Amino acid sequence: MDVTIDQDGCVGAGQCVLAAPGVFDQRDFDGVAFILKEPDPDQHDATRDAALHCPAQAIQLLE
Amino acid sequence: MTETPASPHPPFPLGRPTGCPFDPASAYAALREEAPLTKVSTPAGVDAWMVSRYDDLRTVLRDRRLSSRLAPSDHVVEDADLDREVDAGSILNLDGAEHTRLRRLLTTEFTVKRIEALRPRIQQIIDVHIDALLASPRPVDLVRDFALPIPSLVICELLGVPYADRDVFQRQSAQLVAVDVPLPEAEAVAAEMQQYMAGLVMAKLEQPADDLLSRLIERANSTERPLSMEELVSIGITLLIAGHETTANMIALSTLVLLRNPDQLKVLQEHPELAPTATEELLRYLSVVQFGVFRQVTEDMELASEQLKAGEFLIAALSAGNRDESVYPAADQVDLSRRASTHLAFGFGPHQCLGQQLARVELQEVFTRLYRRIPTLRLAVPFEEIDFKHNTLVYGVKALPVTWDDPR
Ligand code: SF4
Repeated sequence: MDVTIDQDGCVGAGQCVLAAPGVFDQRDFDGVAFILKEPDPDQHDATRDAALHCPAQAIQLLE
Repeated sequence: MTETPASPHPPFPLGRPTGCPFDPASAYAALREEAPLTKVSTPAGVDAWMVSRYDDLRTVLRDRRLSSRLAPSDHVVEDADLDREVDAGSILNLDGAEHTRLRRLLTTEFTVKRIEALRPRIQQIIDVHIDALLASPRPVDLVRDFALPIPSLVICELLGVPYADRDVFQRQSAQLVAVDVPLPEAEAVAAEMQQYMAGLVMAKLEQPADDLLSRLIERANSTERPLSMEELVSIGITLLIAGHETTANMIALSTLVLLRNPDQLKVLQEHPELAPTATEELLRYLSVVQFGVFRQVTEDMELASEQLKAGEFLIAALSAGNRDESVYPAADQVDLSRRASTHLAFGFGPHQCLGQQLARVELQEVFTRLYRRIPTLRLAVPFEEIDFKHNTLVYGVKALPVTWDDPR
């Protein structure tokens, strides 16, 4: 699974961090999300959830 | 005086049903099926497209061709001035880059990590208030003594607003979310609040402390465009109001829902670890931003087989989307085991609630603690006597008299 974030589009709502805390985090200085690490197979569902929850639809998945 | 011809469209807000006070307008179900986009006439004096399907709501709310320049609630304000200039710093009414600039300056304070770090203090605040409840004569009004003071104290501490001033701004804030306060009066209250906040910002400028307002000033100073006084005042007011009305109403209303659904309450009492799921479901079910949000179309566009024209208005009926059966089966039932976290209670798109993580933690901790520590909590008056807030932007109850048994 390949995950990318459109950081310009991110509005820092943190929904991705809640859904998949091992995969996403937010930068301290402006709250924009970044990828902590590529998701392991057991994090794929949570990562899909994160993409679904993102209010800016800023998370793209390539499976 | 010229009479404006009456709009042929049904008036918004559509009435809530007479049956269950937790349900939004019963007309939404049929509209989702037959007319997912339908024109309604608004108290603001203009007609607007009303969107009621979950998927359409997600689509429109993130579409940058819809402007947030109007106040999110102008549609329910009688004869609202829709041409008014947007105040600098009013984050709810800015679009595009202007919005992103302010949002980024603030998001830092509301990240999952930052809010998680506040959890112990929030637990403490809740516990102190439960202790006080237990020590006070019964019945108590859970709104006045618990639901309102908790988020109020939390937002005051976070922002750096003296809690001792709460009588002043709690009254101002309650008046600002009421839709039936006459315009001149509402304007006077807004001016009062501006004056109060300006004083506070001045104090932070002179003597910065370890609080959000001081940090915001400092953070903005390190960018190319520091925040102006006007911007700071506007941001401060927005956060102060948003921080207490919504969460306070969610606490009181959720408690009432749980008291009406004892089997669900029992599940939560026995399994406090379900508090996060329960929080999302109650947010979905109650959709306290009861009239949804208002937008304006800036470019012709097509949605759900309708042609929307630039300049037209749109109401995103969040509560209708949150009861959409195609997404939430048996949507009119509250089911604390439901996975409802995709709900629209915090909105969607670039303006999705900035403080949502704070609201979540406050609600989760209330749900974990209140019903465990006061297991026999119950209404002190018949349900029929509870007064609901039909005329405020945020739905809730005016008071919630409760009592409980002495611990054995
Ligand atoms: S959910 Fe989307 S908008 Fe929110 S922080 Fe993550 S990437 Fe950004």
